Amino acid sequence: MHDISKLIEPDHVHRSVYTDQEIFDTEMQRIFESTWVYCGHESQVPNPGDYYSVRIGRQPLIMLRGADRKIRVLYNRCPHRGVQLCGSQSGNVGSSLVCSYHAWSFRLDGSVKSIPLPAGYAGTRMTPDNPDCSVKSVARVDAYRGFVFASLGAAGPTLLEFLGEARIGFDDMCDRSPLGEVEIVPVCHRVIQHSNWKFFMENQLDALHPSVTHQSTGVAAARVERAMREHDRTPPLYYHYLSAFASPFEKWDSVQTVGFPHGHGLLRGYMGLRPDDADTKEYVAQMHAAYGEEKAEGFLDRNIHHVLVYPYLSIQSPLQQLRCLRPLAPNKTLSEIWHFRLKGVSPAIYQRALWYFNLVNSPATLINADDLENWTRGQRGLESNGGDWVSFHRNFGGDTQEGDVTYSNNGTSEAVMRNQFKAWAQYMGMGS
Amino acid sequence: MKTPTLTDKLRQDSVVLEATADRTGAQAIEHDHVARTTNRAGDQPRLAAVAITPETARLYCSVQQFLAQQAELLDRKQWRAYIDLFTPEGMYWMPANAEQTSWLDEPSIFAEDRSLMEVRMGRLTHPNAWSQAPVWMTSHVVGSVVLEQHEGMEVIVRSRFHATELRRDSTRSFVGTYRHVLTTKRGELEIVLQRVDLVNSAAPFDYVIQAWL
Repeated sequence: MHDISKLIEPDHVHRSVYTDQEIFDTEMQRIFESTWVYCGHESQVPNPGDYYSVRIGRQPLIMLRGADRKIRVLYNRCPHRGVQLCGSQSGNVGSSLVCSYHAWSFRLDGSVKSIPLPAGYAGTRMTPDNPDCSVKSVARVDAYRGFVFASLGAAGPTLLEFLGEARIGFDDMCDRSPLGEVEIVPVCHRVIQHSNWKFFMENQLDALHPSVTHQSTGVAAARVERAMREHDRTPPLYYHYLSAFASPFEKWDSVQTVGFPHGHGLLRGYMGLRPDDADTKEYVAQMHAAYGEEKAEGFLDRNIHHVLVYPYLSIQSPLQQLRCLRPLAPNKTLSEIWHFRLKGVSPAIYQRALWYFNLVNSPATLINADDLENWTRGQRGLESNGGDWVSFHRNFGGDTQEGDVTYSNNGTSEAVMRNQFKAWAQYMGMGS
Repeated sequence: MKTPTLTDKLRQDSVVLEATADRTGAQAIEHDHVARTTNRAGDQPRLAAVAITPETARLYCSVQQFLAQQAELLDRKQWRAYIDLFTPEGMYWMPANAEQTSWLDEPSIFAEDRSLMEVRMGRLTHPNAWSQAPVWMTSHVVGSVVLEQHEGMEVIVRSRFHATELRRDSTRSFVGTYRHVLTTKRGELEIVLQRVDLVNSAAPFDYVIQAWL
């Protein structure tokens, strides 16, 4: 086993934390399979018997709505011979889970309901009164504003303590609805990244990369935007979503990042997302009516691009999108990409966010095509003996610390990556 | 007496009789509630086909050639000529699933008018489109062409495609259905709407899709 304490220093980290199988397995055990991990939104399983398959660390699970309407998270495993009880990504199991191998059946809380020919178990230690005859539940399940999390570990902070200030991501998303709620759009895009999960988490708060990585799309979108104006057409807002990526370095350097405890973080907004059109005016009026002007303006004025819940979630709250990582191997990560609908708003407001989802977050993305290419090359580069260390020196020592929150004074500071590795080291048992 | 051997013991036929008790075993297992996947081509499970007459046969040939040429333009990366196959208001649409009926209210994989297609072309041809550096090429086969409908200047055509992509060291397949709404309003065949239903749209994408399929 590696001496993990020798791999992390405040200004750089050893490349093996991205490439080593043993370190990956330890991460799965000490981070993903110990702390709170996102499962899904309550609206994904609206009715009793509805389930959605979830992977936490290396564990296949199901998020299941019970007859009592409570959401539980169970291991997707029959206690008899281990066969997975639910075979698809999502569905409804009716009033009980039935194993496809020997028809053991279970109530929606996981407790055993019936075993065929139960007399065959008389006198053995596998009688139905043995808790081992029921489907195992995860240690803890909790939700914040409709977003369900599970913790496979029984110890550690509560969900609220774990989220801390990062809960602003969920607040910012839900508060933009005049009803204070969102619901899932039932399409999940899934894209495999050939890189360690950390590449995504770092990239999300890396304000120097957009105008380099996304130069091609930013420039192409700006050209079409300009041509439209020359022909007296007003370019739809979504061209700005794309052309903003090619902003000058100096502009990116002025976008602040914030690092929270547990490795969470935030990138402040850089796009103008409040145009002055009839749809927006109607929406703002709705918000004022729902919350009163002062409170509603407080919600609408939050300037967030996205919020990261370390080590797996990116919440793009102003556009109601969310990306969740499911690490598969040191060099392979599955991303699950979701969109939410603000309850109580007009279709036009939803459609405005939908264009960002289509152009940036779909599997035909004009943006992530180049991110994924970079991360693949990054992963391959870090497998090389050409150097041992990954540098996070930019603006080292130049950030503002207020209590346990780090504010970057330069948007392009690598403060947020340093903050992520601080949390990583704690999870991996290096103390603080 | 001789001890029976294993062969002796197996001599007696074993027969499973029909269940005599109340529903047990196979009769008693609750039905799985998960909906089974339907295999639908495009937005409507229609199997309509225009009757082949000397006139429609000519149209059928033109349409087949049009589809083959469209695929060829993709494989040769002739993006400008490809975009020009669409009418000024034409749309290229790849829904996220076969049940979708509109790109306005649901997430799509692609929902691009000609202006957005210009952006995609601009990206693909930019020297710093980093993902374009590795070897990247495709080969399309379009077949099973059926004229669904022909009314005035509008023709609706259904077909199946198989596209193989080589990128860096790996090969991927994309398969599915095309549904073209074509018009002859300006003489030549042009695309009003091309709907592309990928069979593998619900599977995880290994990397992303860079160009229209």
